[in-house]
Amino acid sequence: MLKRAQALFLGLLSPAVALAMAGSVSAESTTRQLNMPQGVTEVSQAAYDIHMIMMWICTVIGIAVFGFMFYVMYAHRKSRGAVAANFHEHHVVELIWTIVPALILIVMAIPATSALLKVYDTENADIDIKVTGYQWKWQYEYIGEGVKFMSELRTSQDEIYGRTPKGEHYLREVTQPLVIPTGKKVRFLITGNDVIHSWWVPDFGVKRDAVPGLFTAAWAKTDVPGTYVGECTELCGIGHAFMPVVVEVKEEAEYNEWLAGKKEEAAIYASTIGKEWTFDELMVRGEEVYERSCAGCHQSDGNGIPGVFPALKDSPIALGAKEGHIAVLIDGVAGTSMQSFADQLSEVDIAAVVHYERNAWGNDVGDLTQPIDVLNYKQGQ
Amino acid sequence: MAHGPATLADGWGKYISRWVFTTNHKDIGTLYLWFSFAMFIMGGAFAMIIRAELFQPGMQLIKPEFFNQMTTMHGLVMVFGAIMPAFVGLANWLIPMMIGAPDMALPRMNNLSFWILPFAFAILTSTLFMEGGGPNFGWTFYAPLSTTYAPDTVNYFIFGVHIMGASSIMGSINIIATVMNMRAPGMTYMKMPLFVWTWVITAFLLVAVMPVLAGAVTMMLMDINFGTSFFDAAGGGDPVLFQHVFWFFGHPEVYIIILPAFGVVSQIIPTFSRKPLFGYSSMVYATAAIAFLSFVVWAHHMFTVGMPIAGELYFMYATMLIAVPTGVKVFNWITTMYRGSLTFETPMLFSIAFVILFTFGGFTGMMLSIAAADMQYHDTYFVVAHFHYVMVAGAVFSGTAAVYYWLPKWCGKMYDETMGKVQFWIAFIGFNITFMPQHFLGLAGMPRRYADYGLQFADWNMVSSIGAFMYGGAQILFLFNVIRTIGWGKPTDDPKVWEGAEGLEWTLPTPAPYHTFSTPPKVK
Ligand code: HEM
Ligand SMILES: [Cu+2]
Repeated sequence: MLKRAQALFLGLLSPAVALAMAGSVSAESTTRQLNMPQGVTEVSQAAYDIHMIMMWICTVIGIAVFGFMFYVMYAHRKSRGAVAANFHEHHVVELIWTIVPALILIVMAIPATSALLKVYDTENADIDIKVTGYQWKWQYEYIGEGVKFMSELRTSQDEIYGRTPKGEHYLREVTQPLVIPTGKKVRFLITGNDVIHSWWVPDFGVKRDAVPGLFTAAWAKTDVPGTYVGECTELCGIGHAFMPVVVEVKEEAEYNEWLAGKKEEAAIYASTIGKEWTFDELMVRGEEVYERSCAGCHQSDGNGIPGVFPALKDSPIALGAKEGHIAVLIDGVAGTSMQSFADQLSEVDIAAVVHYERNAWGNDVGDLTQPIDVLNYKQGQ
Repeated sequence: MAHGPATLADGWGKYISRWVFTTNHKDIGTLYLWFSFAMFIMGGAFAMIIRAELFQPGMQLIKPEFFNQMTTMHGLVMVFGAIMPAFVGLANWLIPMMIGAPDMALPRMNNLSFWILPFAFAILTSTLFMEGGGPNFGWTFYAPLSTTYAPDTVNYFIFGVHIMGASSIMGSINIIATVMNMRAPGMTYMKMPLFVWTWVITAFLLVAVMPVLAGAVTMMLMDINFGTSFFDAAGGGDPVLFQHVFWFFGHPEVYIIILPAFGVVSQIIPTFSRKPLFGYSSMVYATAAIAFLSFVVWAHHMFTVGMPIAGELYFMYATMLIAVPTGVKVFNWITTMYRGSLTFETPMLFSIAFVILFTFGGFTGMMLSIAAADMQYHDTYFVVAHFHYVMVAGAVFSGTAAVYYWLPKWCGKMYDETMGKVQFWIAFIGFNITFMPQHFLGLAGMPRRYADYGLQFADWNMVSSIGAFMYGGAQILFLFNVIRTIGWGKPTDDPKVWEGAEGLEWTLPTPAPYHTFSTPPKVK
C-alpha cells in the first residue's frame, strides 16, 4: 500500500501521469472503469446513450467556450500591450446566446423524454419480485411462489477492520443473491421496512428508493447471464455501505431448477421446526446469526454503543424471562431502531440468537430456547 | 461621531465590549468573516477525517457511526457555517459602501443576527461530545432516519437549525431594508453594482425559504417528541413529504449560496479587464430568472423516489431551463474579458478559475437534470463531484477572490502577490485532483456517504484523498496570507487600490475609515 501511495504521490505532479500510473497498478484490483456501464438491459442502454449524448454536447460547448476564453486570456493581456475597448452591450449577440442554448435544450429534451418513458414502462411483467430494504440487508420475495429470503453481506468484520486480508469480492458478496431468468420481464416492487434505502443495480439501470409505506416499481429484462453487483444508495445508518445487491441472471431452465430447490428447502425447513436443539448447537448457530444481524448495532462484544444502541451484556432483558426476550425480537421496540425480526429471521434463527444472547459474554442464564418457543410466542399473539 | 473604535490599547475590557456590542457594519462584517473562516477550518477538518478514512478500502481510523457524523457535520458546517456567513460578512462590509449608505438600515438587529450564530454552532458541535453522538443522517436529514431512528441529540440539531434560520432571516431583512431605503441620491436600482443586486435577490430567496426549513425541522420535532406522524408511514404519514419540504428549501438554498458569488465575480472581472461589465441589465434579469426558477425545480433531487412520470418530466424540463440564464452569465463574463486589457492578480485568478470550474459544474448539472441518466448518477460520487464544482470552486473560490480583492481597502495593507498566487495554484490543482476523479468513481458505481468501498474503487479514492489534503493545505496558507497582510503587509493609501476598479467603495480613503458616507455622495 505504501509503495502504491508513493507511486501515486509522484504521479500527481501532473494528473496525466497520475492516470497512467493508476493504470499500471490496476492488475491488483478489479477492472477499472471510468464511464457509466452500458449494462445489459434496454433501460441501462438508454441511460448510457443519453449520458453520452449529453456528455458530447457539453464537451463541444465546453471546447468552444473555454477555447474562446483562453484565446482572450492570451491575446488581450495588458502585458502584450492590449488596450481596453469600452463596449458593454450588444443586443443581437445577447439574444443569440439566449435563444441558441434554448434551442439546443429543446432538441435534447426529445431523447431525454423517450429514455424516461422506457424507465417507466413497467407494465406486462412475467415475474414479480418484492424487494424490501431492511437495516442493513435486502429481502426478496417471489410473489406467488412462496419463496422469500434475506440477502446479507458475506464479507466478514475481520476483513472490514483489516484483521484478515480482503478477499477478491470484498463488499460485493452476499449470503444469497437474487436470481432471475434471462429473457423474462422481471418487475421489482420496491419498499422499505424501517428507513429509506435505495436499490441500485447499475447494469440494469435500475435505481429506486425503498421507502417505508410506499411501493415503487422498476423493471429489467436481459439475455445476458451473469452476476451483477449493485449497492444501497440512500443513507440508511451505520450499515449503509455494507448492504450490497447481488443479482444472478440464469438461463431459464437453470432458474426453474433453482426456484424448485428453494421451494423444497422451505418445505424441509417447515418439517424441522419441531426438532430439539442442544445447548451447543444453539450457541454456534446463534453466534452466526448474531454477527450477521445484531452485531452491527449491539457490537460483537455485546456492549452496544452507549446512548445509541443498548448493551446486551448484563442487560435485564437478556437476563430476565425468556418470553420477554423473545418478545423484543418478534415485536421490536416501538419508536427506536430496534425493529421486529419476525419477518427477517426464521424461528430457528430467532431461538438460536436469543439463546446465544442469554449465554454469551458472561450472561450465564443457562436455559435453552427452542424454535418451538418462538413459534408458541408467535401463535399466542 | 468623532470617537473611533476601541483598540487593544484601551484595554481588553473595552476591546471586547466593542466587538460584542458593535452596531458598525464594518465590525459586524469582520466578525462574520472570521466566524465563517473558523467554521471553514472546522468543516475542513471533518472533511480531512472523511478523506483519511477513505484513503484505502476497509475501516482504518474511525467507525461507520462516526463516519456518518462526520459527513453530516461537514455538510452542515460548510453550508450554514462557512459559506452563508462569509457572504453575509461581505454584504455587511460592502453593501453600505457600494450604495453610499452610512451603515446598515437595522444596526442593532445586525448585531443580534451575528451573535446568535456562534451559539447555534456551539450547540450543534457540542452534540459530537454527547452520548449518542452528533447528527448522523446527512446534511439533507431525510426522515425517518432523522426522526424515529435518530440519536436523542437530534433535538439539539433542530434547535441549532432554528437559530441559524433566525439569523439568516434577520440578516436578509436587513439587507433588503438597507438597499431599499439607504441608497445615495442618484443611485438608482439599475446603477447598483451587481454584487448588491445579487444580494438583494438572494435575500428575498432567504426570506422565502428559511421558514420552510424551520417548518421541516419543526415537523421533525413534533414527530420525535409529541407523537405526530408527519413523516412516519406507520402512523399514516409520508417520508417522501419530508423530501418535498426539504428540497423546496434546499434547491433555492444552493442558489442562495451561488448568487452572491456571481456578484463578487461580476465586480472583479471588469476591474482586471479594465472594461465595464458586459450586459449589466441582462445579468440582473438572468439573476432574477435563476432565482425564480429555483423555486420550481426542487424535485430534481428526487428522481428516484418514484414520482409519477408526469411530475418527473416536468421537473426535468424545468431544471434544464436553468441552463439558459446560467449560460447568459458565463457568456457575459467572458465577453467582459474580450478586448479588455487583462492582468492576472490573485483575485482575478480565482475569478477566472471560478468561471471555468463553475461552468464545468453547470455541465454536470445539465447531465443530472436528465432524469433517465440521473437514475444512474443519483446519490453517487458523480453528484458529490457536481456540487463541489459549483459550491467549492464556485462559492469558496469567489469568497477567496473577494477577500484578496477588498482586503487592501479594508485594512490599508497590500497582500503579498507571490504568496497569493502560490495559494491559488495549490488550491486550483488540489481541488481538481480531489474532485475530478470523483466523477469517475460515481460513474463506475460508487455511492456517496459510504464509509467503506469495494476494491475496484481504491485507486481513485486514494488520488482524491491526496488532492483533498493538498487543498486543505492551501487553506492554511490562505489564513497565513491574511494574517500576514493585516499585521505586516505593505501599507497603501491609494483609494482605488486597483487600476481598473470602479464604484463608490473605491472613492473612499484607504483603509476605509470606521464611519463612511456620513454625508451621502452624489451619484451621477
Ligand atoms: C446549471 C445549473 C445546475 C443544474 C442544472 C443542477 C442540477 C442538479 C441536479 C439535477 C441535482 C440532483 C442530482 C442528484 O441528486 O441525483 C443537483 C444536485 C446538487 N446541486 Fe446542482 N445544478 C446546477 C447548479 C448548481 C449550483 C449553482 C449549486 C450550488 C452552488 C448546486 C448545488 C447542488 C447540490 C448541493 C446538490 C446535491 C444536494 C445533495 O443531494 O446533497 N447545483 N444539481
Ligand atoms: Cu437542485
